[in-house]
This record gives sequence, C-alpha cells and structure tokens, in this order.
Amino acid sequence: MIGLSIRQMAGMLAAKECSIQELCGVYWDRCQAFNETTGALITTLTEFNPKELLQAQALLDQGQQPLAGIPLVHKDLFCTHGIKTTCASNMLADFVPPYDATVVSRLQQAGMVTLGKANMDEFAMGSSNEHSAFGPVANPWDEQRVPGGSSGGSAAAVAARMVPVATGTDTGGSIRQPAALCGITGIKPSYGRVSRHGMIAFASSLDQAGVMAASADDCGLVLSAMSGHDALDSTSAQQPPWQWQKPDSPDMRGLKVGVVRDWIDGLADDGIKQLTWAAIEQCQAQGAELLDVSLPHADLAVSAYYILAPAECSSNLSRFDGVRFGHQTAQASNLQELYCRSRSEGFGEEVQKRIMVGAWALSSGYYDAYYLKAQKVRRLISDDFKAAFEQVDLIAGPVSPEVAFKHGEKSTGVSMYQADQFTIPASLAGLPCLSMPIGHTQGLPVGLQLIGRYFDEQTILAVADQYQQQTNHHQQTPEAFA
Amino acid sequence: MSQQWEMVIGLEIHVRLDTDSKLFSGMKASYGASPNSQVSFLDAGLPGTLPVINQKALDYAIRFGLSVDADIPPFTVFARKNYFYPDLPKGYQISQMDDPIVGPGQVVIETEAGAKTIEITRAHLEEDAGKSIHDKYDQYSAIDLNRAGTPLIEVVSEPQMSNAKEAVAYMREIYTRVTHLGICDGNLQEGSFRCDANVSVRPVGQQTLGTRTEIKNLNSFRFIEKAINHEAKRQIKILEAGGQITQETRLYDAEQDQTRSMRSKENANDYRYFPDPDQLPIQITPEMIAAQRALLPEFPAAKIERYVGELGLKPDDAAIIAHDLRMAEFFEQSNQHSQAAADLNAKFLLGEFSALLNAQGVALAASQIDATAYAGLLDQMANGSVSRKVAKGVLDDMWDTGQAAADIIKEQGLGQISDASALTELVQQVIADNPDQVSSYRGGNDKMFNYFVGQIMKQTKGQANPVQTKQLLEEYLK
Repeated sequence: MIGLSIRQMAGMLAAKECSIQELCGVYWDRCQAFNETTGALITTLTEFNPKELLQAQALLDQGQQPLAGIPLVHKDLFCTHGIKTTCASNMLADFVPPYDATVVSRLQQAGMVTLGKANMDEFAMGSSNEHSAFGPVANPWDEQRVPGGSSGGSAAAVAARMVPVATGTDTGGSIRQPAALCGITGIKPSYGRVSRHGMIAFASSLDQAGVMAASADDCGLVLSAMSGHDALDSTSAQQPPWQWQKPDSPDMRGLKVGVVRDWIDGLADDGIKQLTWAAIEQCQAQGAELLDVSLPHADLAVSAYYILAPAECSSNLSRFDGVRFGHQTAQASNLQELYCRSRSEGFGEEVQKRIMVGAWALSSGYYDAYYLKAQKVRRLISDDFKAAFEQVDLIAGPVSPEVAFKHGEKSTGVSMYQADQFTIPASLAGLPCLSMPIGHTQGLPVGLQLIGRYFDEQTILAVADQYQQQTNHHQQTPEAFA
Repeated sequence: MSQQWEMVIGLEIHVRLDTDSKLFSGMKASYGASPNSQVSFLDAGLPGTLPVINQKALDYAIRFGLSVDADIPPFTVFARKNYFYPDLPKGYQISQMDDPIVGPGQVVIETEAGAKTIEITRAHLEEDAGKSIHDKYDQYSAIDLNRAGTPLIEVVSEPQMSNAKEAVAYMREIYTRVTHLGICDGNLQEGSFRCDANVSVRPVGQQTLGTRTEIKNLNSFRFIEKAINHEAKRQIKILEAGGQITQETRLYDAEQDQTRSMRSKENANDYRYFPDPDQLPIQITPEMIAAQRALLPEFPAAKIERYVGELGLKPDDAAIIAHDLRMAEFFEQSNQHSQAAADLNAKFLLGEFSALLNAQGVALAASQIDATAYAGLLDQMANGSVSRKVAKGVLDDMWDTGQAAADIIKEQGLGQISDASALTELVQQVIADNPDQVSSYRGGNDKMFNYFVGQIMKQTKGQANPVQTKQLLEEYLK
C-alpha cells in the first residue's frame, strides 16, 4: 500500500480491498517504526480518534469521497482539540487546545484520519528544523542532513512515507524549501485561500497553511478540502469555492512559462542549475513556451522579510507571558520577573532573536526607516509579479540554492536566511507557489518552484501534475524507508 | 500674583459602546456578570484565535462621527498597541493609529463668554482591557477578563478649552450626543463614559503651549472640574517658584482632592504601534454612512429651537426638557396625545409631575403613569374641567390607583363648574346678597373684587372655573 496515490488508496477503500483501519494501521505502524530515526513527529497518537473513523466510514459508505480514510499528520502549530499542540516550543510543551483549527476540522469533515503532530522549527522560525525543543528532524535521504524547515517534520514524514499527506505552513518558504530538500511536492496557496484560524501565528500577513504530499494531484485533492472562506478569519478571502481539476493529458501547449534567468544562472551549485534547466526544458518538451521575465526588486525580498516577519512575530508572541497558559517560571518574585523568566525559559534562541529584532524594528524612531520601508519593498515586489504575469501564466525557478546541508553546518542566522531568497518573494506577494521534485544531485533531492497568479492554484498544480505524468521523480523514496 | 495664567485643556473621552457583544470575539459584553464568565478563547488570548470585527461597533462609531460633523474616511485600519500587562491577554490592545474611523469634527459648547466651537481631532475604535483587582487577596492580584475586548470609542479633542468649566461643558456635550445616539448607556459609575484630561498652563498672551500632564480615568463631571483646577494650581505653583513641569501621567484622588504621579515620560511605554496584520483595511461605504445618517436623532440644541419657536415653551423649560432624553420623549408623546397647550404641559411636567416622581423616588423611565395617561390629565385642565391645583391631587390618585384622570374627576365630583349659565346665576346671586360690598367696590375699592371671588369659591367648594368666574364678576360689577 505504500507509495500509492490518494486516488489509488481511495479506490481500494471503495472496492473494499482494504478497510480504513487497515490502511491507517499500515501508516500508523510506519510512524511508530520510523519516528525514532527521523524525529519527524512530536506526538504520535496512541489510538485513532473514533469520531474521525466514523466520519470516514460514513463518507466512504456514501461513495465518491476521495479523502475518506486517508491518514495524515498535522504540523504541530495547528490547534487540535484535546491533543497537545506545542509549536515545537518549551513554551507550549504541555498546551492542549480546547478547539480545532479550521484546517483540522475541515479535513476531519472530509474524512481524513489524524495519526500525529509533526515536528517543526520552534514557532515556524527556521529553515533547517534544528530549532525544535523536541530535537532535530533527520532528512530521510541522509540522516546526517537537515530536512529543511520550518515544516521539516511534515516533509520528512511524507518523504519516509510515514504518512501519505501532511499539513504544513509557509511564511517565507516553510513548505517549499523542506519539500525540495526532502524530494516531495508541497504547495503554499494564495494568502487568504485557507483559513488561519487555529493556526498558531508566526507572521500573520504571510502565514499560510498548505499541503505536503508525494504528488501534485495528492496536494490538489487535500488543498481543495482545506480551502474556502472562514468567518473566523477576517483575512480569508471571499472567493468562490475551488475544486482541483486534474488535467487529462500532459500536453502543455499554449502555456507560457516565465523564467527568471538570473536566479538560475546565478546558482552556485551546478547540479541544481542543471536539474532546474532540465525540468524547465521538460515543460518545453511537453509544449510549454518559455519566456524571460524579470523581478527587479526581488533581491530586496530577504531584507524586507526579515523586518516584517519578526515585527509581526514580536507582537504575535506577546501572549506567551506565563500568566494564563504555557510555560510559567518557577522563580518569580514580581511581575517583571514572571514575564522575563517565563519567556527566557520558554522560548528558544532563534525565537528570542526574532522577537528582539522585530520589537526593535517597530520601536519609535525606527518604525519609518525599517517597518514602513519594508512594506514599500513588499509593494514593489508585488508590482514586479503583476507585471510579469501580464506576459506569462506562471514563473518557474529554483526553490533552494542548495541541497540539504548537514546538521550544525550553518550556525549563523544570516547565511541561513539567504537560503530563503527564492521562496520569500512569492510569500511577500501572497502568491500561490509550490515545489516539486525534479531529480537528485549528490544523492539528494532538488525541487523546482512554480509561482502562479493570485488565486490560481489550479495552473501551477496542473503543470506540476502534467510534469509528473511524464516523469517519476516524485515517486522516488529513500532506500532506508522503502 | 505677579502673572496672569491661562489653562489649556484637551480631553480624551472613552465611550463604551452599548453593543450586545465584544468588539472582535462575539462574546457577550454585558456589565456586572460574575468574574471571567464572559471570556471567549480570543478574549483569553489563546493561540490561533483571530479577531472578527463587530459590525455594530463600526456603525455606532460612524453614527457618532456624523453627530459631530466629522469626516468619515472611506477606509479604516486597526492597529496593535503593544504592552505587557496581566489584564491584557494578547500582549497588545487592538486600537487604531493612522486611519481612525472618525476624522476631524467639532461641537459647540456654551461658555460664560458665549458659544465656543471645540474641534475634535479624531475618534477611534478600540477594545478595552480586562480588570486587575489588587485589593481583594493578600498574596495575589486577581484578573477579571469580562471587560477585555469590550468596544470603546476614544474621542480626542484639540487642546482648546481654557478652563475647567469649558472642559465640563465639552464633556457634557459629548455625553449628551452619545446617549441621544443610543450608542452608550451613559453609566458613569460603571465606567461607560470616562476621560483623560491633558492640562497645561501658560502666561496669558503666550502662544506656545506649556508642558502638559495627563490626568487619567476621570469618570464624573464634578471630579473632572476639581481635578483640572487642582492640577492647574499645582502647575502654577511650581512655575511661579521657578520650577519646571514634568511631562507625566497623573491620577486624581477624589478623597484627598489631589493628583499624584503615575509615571513620567521617561518611563512611558513605547507601544510599537503597527497595523494589525490579522485584519485587512475595512471599507466604509457610502451606504454604511447613509444608513447611520438616517438614524441620527434630533439633538438638544435643535429641540430647544423647535420647542421655543414652534411650541411656545419658555427657553429655560425647553432646555431642561431637551437635555433629558427620556423627558423629551415623554413630553413629545404626551403633547401628541393632548389638546393642551405645550407650555402648560411643560410647566406641569417640570413642576407637579417631576415633584411626584421625586417624592416617589422613581425615574421618569419607570413612571407608573405613561405619557398617554398623563395627556388625559392635561386635557382635563385644558378643557377647564379641573384647575391646575385640583389636577395635582388627581395626578396623585392616578399614581396610586392607575385610573384615568377623567374617571377620577367624575367619581370624585371634582369637575369645575364651567357652565356659563350656572356661573352667571351664582354671580348674580352673590351681587344681590352683598349690596354693601358692591357699593364699596363700585366706589373704587378694587380689593373688594377678591371678596366676591372668595364667596363664589366658597359656595362651589373651589370648583368654579376661576377664569370664567372673574370674567363674569367683572361684567356684572361694572
């Protein structure tokens, strides 16, 4: 059963070739077996939630429910009613939410079965999943290496086929980069496509929930079920419901693919450069027309992002003060100490660093020079994309300038931040974007990024699916987890 | 005193909006519920929760803006004001900074020197914090989050008031507006209407402003006047002694009648305002504004003009009635249902009826006599059936029995004798019976006139219509 697509699994369940319990049981066993090596999950459920099984079975009995009975894990920042939700932080090590995130409840309604909660960088801050209070995650392709981050647990779990699907979140690349480094497909939808209600915030204006799975088709099926306006999130868009349509043929004729030549030719890693061109040429071979586009302000994106995201995080994380929930210090003789110690003990180093940067960028006297200027850069980048999308239907380019690196190899923040240079521009513009596997270099997976027009998830998923109809990179699994 | 000083005062008034639910959480927002019984996950700051704006609060803020002739910008933005305090669960207050819902406006107040326009800088929506209770337990402070997230508008004036009386007049003017608009319950004790006063002094003639202090949390018209006067005196004393004013926040202690320092500017928080990324800018459409404009009530100034001009009330009476929302309602309703002159209505309402309510210790809103029943009594006076004096007794009986005025008058035989032929007969009889007095009167003793009136009243037990009686006496005594 391992390595089957969602449609294939749904077909087996519909034909009663296996039961929901059997299917979920196989994956549950793999979660148990591989979690020690990968560290992909913070919480593995000791038993299935009977309500989820009942819902799945009821939907299955009604027929035609593609997600009924399909197991998954949620990144551990989606609030799950009655199940610990830690954000990979000591601050929330024992936090059990009294409610479900909208993403969680929508996927439950669609019949999916939760197996656990995935590891991540603490509060989604990081690109290596080394910043987790519950230990790092290993890349299933090479356990010495990082899976990327912050959705590193979700990516590793899917790459090791511990689950067919995982939810993730992406603020500046947190779905796409680990998907690329772990050789799976991951989509960050348009900002506003999926409700953020119940998703513990890092940077509210950038955070988006998305899907990580083996294929674009799997991602499309799950994303459709997650999407749609939610009255509990004022930033969720009032758009008509969207349903993923899988293309019938691999024919890309009529499609205009934009290429930012500088991004690819500037890659230091020849292996990645070659694979990126090869994937783009594959699209051309399937009928797509290639056009050069430019994003003149994109090189400012990393700087702007590392003002805006920390600014928002410094405010979003203020609620973790040791007063009502979360970690509270044992040693405080007054209010000031309660705050300082609870937060110093509860938050890891990277989180503290970003809170301080953000608080500084918002402080009086600096606000105009940093926060406001960064917002202007953000608008310029959005305008760059708008101009580009007058010529092309999507933009293809690299996800990460490098393959998975070794644990501990990058210690300084700034070099780590540069790893996000190709993912951040689309995040700032709120555009849908995905990463899909396009081969290996030095035995490690490489991803291609596709960026679409605002609210046009269909096009980038369709192109990824058409590519995957003709190639089998997305079906590769690391030997150790075959 | 060697120098003349003048005060410069600006007010920030916090108006709690009388909405059913909180500003962003949908949780009930009623006052006085048991501690922490009205707290949603959002109000408690649970991670993952998001604010969703209460449309009614937007409408109320727009309505207020229209009532002070303010600009209502086409979109408005919420901002976060960041600071740590245990009764602020999210670690920030959702407020407004650069794009408030209400732009510049103005009101006119009455001062000793005549009418004066006070400009309103802006008014913005914000959520209230919870309540910290420090005096209930020895070892702990307690937190009640019921108030956390309840909607306020903060109305900021220009520093244009020159003495405490003007500040009070301005505060009253805003109070009248928000209570007439139906957007605030006006309960001062419960903190529904409270203000911070920015006070500075400068030598008369000086253009630049002196250093100001801010007096926090004043919730009575009396206290604000005392607090401002006290603070100005304190500042003048310092300046005359050659000292300098420290820019700081002060608290007014009503018991001691003094202000004391809360925190100075050096220790002030840097609130790190920035636009709330959990909410998009909110469009304020012309339709939204038109809907609120249609709901604007008539304000006291316009009412007074109408009462005096159209209904013939005395200006003083008109002012008292117009400023009291309930009384104005009662007055207008009874006026509609009665044939009596509006002036009589006003006099009786402010006189006898108000005295009865006072004696009973009941507010007009809870009166046992409604406007229609009261109108019935007015009609009995107007048609001459009872005098104003008798009517007072009828009013008491109406209160006690709930009966209609006409029924009481009929049952008790209190109706005035207004029958012209009956009265004529009486008058002729009295003249015939008192020839000496008649010749005395006709001889020039005008005082004797009252003797005849007295005789008739005596014979009719006071029920003779006094006006008619006088007319007839004058006629037959000629």
